[in-house]
Amino acid sequence: MFSFCADPKSLEGFSWLVCYLTSGKHIDFYWSFLTVLILLAVTAPSALAFGFGGAMAARSPIAPLRWFGKTYTAMVRGVPDIVFFLFFVIALDQGIEWMKHQVVCPDWDQPIRQGLEFRVCPEAKVPLGSSAQIWHQLYGFALAVFTFAIVFGAFAANVLYGAMNAVPRAQLETAESYGMSQGQVFRRILVPQMWTYALPGLSNLWMILIKATPLLFLLGVKDIVYWARELGSAKTQAYAYPHPDWRLWYFLFLLVVYLCMTRISEIVLSRLTRRLSHGQATAAGEAMRRAAQ
Amino acid sequence: MTCIETIQAYAFRSLGFGENLLPRTDFNLCQQFTLIGSGLIWNIYFGVLALSLGFFLATALALAKASPRAAFRKPAEWFIFVFRGSPLFIQFFLAYSALVMLPRGGIDIFGLHIATSWLTSAWAGAAIVLFLNTSAYAAEIFHGALQSIPKGDLEAAEAYGLSGWSKFRRIQWPTMLRLAWPAYTNEAIFLFHATTLVFFSGFPAFQQRGDALYYANYFADKTFNPFVPYPIVAFYFILLTFALIGLFGLVNRRLNRHLPSNTRSKIRLRPQLIR
Repeated sequence: MFSFCADPKSLEGFSWLVCYLTSGKHIDFYWSFLTVLILLAVTAPSALAFGFGGAMAARSPIAPLRWFGKTYTAMVRGVPDIVFFLFFVIALDQGIEWMKHQVVCPDWDQPIRQGLEFRVCPEAKVPLGSSAQIWHQLYGFALAVFTFAIVFGAFAANVLYGAMNAVPRAQLETAESYGMSQGQVFRRILVPQMWTYALPGLSNLWMILIKATPLLFLLGVKDIVYWARELGSAKTQAYAYPHPDWRLWYFLFLLVVYLCMTRISEIVLSRLTRRLSHGQATAAGEAMRRAAQ
Repeated sequence: MTCIETIQAYAFRSLGFGENLLPRTDFNLCQQFTLIGSGLIWNIYFGVLALSLGFFLATALALAKASPRAAFRKPAEWFIFVFRGSPLFIQFFLAYSALVMLPRGGIDIFGLHIATSWLTSAWAGAAIVLFLNTSAYAAEIFHGALQSIPKGDLEAAEAYGLSGWSKFRRIQWPTMLRLAWPAYTNEAIFLFHATTLVFFSGFPAFQQRGDALYYANYFADKTFNPFVPYPIVAFYFILLTFALIGLFGLVNRRLNRHLPSNTRSKIRLRPQLIR
């Protein structure tokens, strides 16, 4: 990166450290933090959307839809989440390839499951075997995001279902007596009111989501854990910057990064809680009203 | 191989007994059920060890966090924050790379020889991490319970002349446990779920002796078929969850036995996902 880094072997002390920390692989390492942040930014709203859909389905008057919603919310309890992460990625991958296979090669006569192998026609591979590396990475990332959204959506559905039930019944009855339809009651009364009840659960979920991001590594995405292992492992003299096993320091750095992220989230969420309890008929809202008098 | 033979060969494979080679071809359901069930022994080992030791550290930490003296309070707060605020996954990695750095031959302190190589194996290293981790989570739960002991109970204890240790042992501690128990049950359940992370982060599986998820992953990799091994893991863990709820429910009944039935606290499963 810097001109004086041209010959790393001749460097010593501080300048060595500067050159080491700005080497090409380290820049990749710093970019992978962006991967994690993008994952958080994409997953949080989509999981919320999945959760909202799930909670609405679980409250639906139509029985099959209600069963679907209840099953979805009950799905992730009792089973370790990591099982879902490992399962969904393969299952989704195979599902997508299988569907594409049905469309692209209708006259393929060999069975797809040949003993131990899952084999679709070469044109149905996603992404195609000939496509660039970046597409493989993007596809892997998209699968990971989708998996995160499904699993966290189930948890969010649980929280939102509880929050919808926690809105005082009298509020909804008042709205109904004013002649609002069920849809109007839902949109105008229920949804705006439920957030204060949902926030403790959702903020807990957000913390958990932050702490779940290292699992990207298990799903095969080159995230911060991957780079920390890669960069930290011992480097022989064949490398430009030889050093002993430094993985401990890299993981320590990641630990501190995660602690900062959870701490900042805690502070922001507690402010948000204050704002949302303003004027609510809850203990927190009552305490704020008393304090203001 | 009949199913009985498979069970004889692989039931304790995860501990190193029985058949040495894992099945490579002709996978059947019986093999998958047996091997994954065999791996579950490790999950139970980690969970039981971490919980039973963590209970005491958690009580101590909760008391320290509630202490008015900063010398006790601050370290406890930091301990809880570090272990609850960071992913368990990273904690495993960090612990493993720290334990590997210890000198292979052991440490000599004042002529005393302390072996260190055993710490890098999963049965010890991962158990230590899980023990510290669950202590932090449980300490937060216990601290919350300690804070919500009714004021009247404490005043009544003082009016009867109880103070110090006897007040703690007879009033505070039982009440704290009773209030914390539903949340602690959840913590126990999710600790068992967290044990599946052990062989996926840092700690290598010695001679392919792994936990339930390790074998499930092995089968999924070999057969390219996730639809059999992962549901088997799920099945085993649902059984384990029910067993835990039953066991903790018994303790909960005992803790609540002096209360009228309508004021007893019930155990409800709350989702908590990854730590």
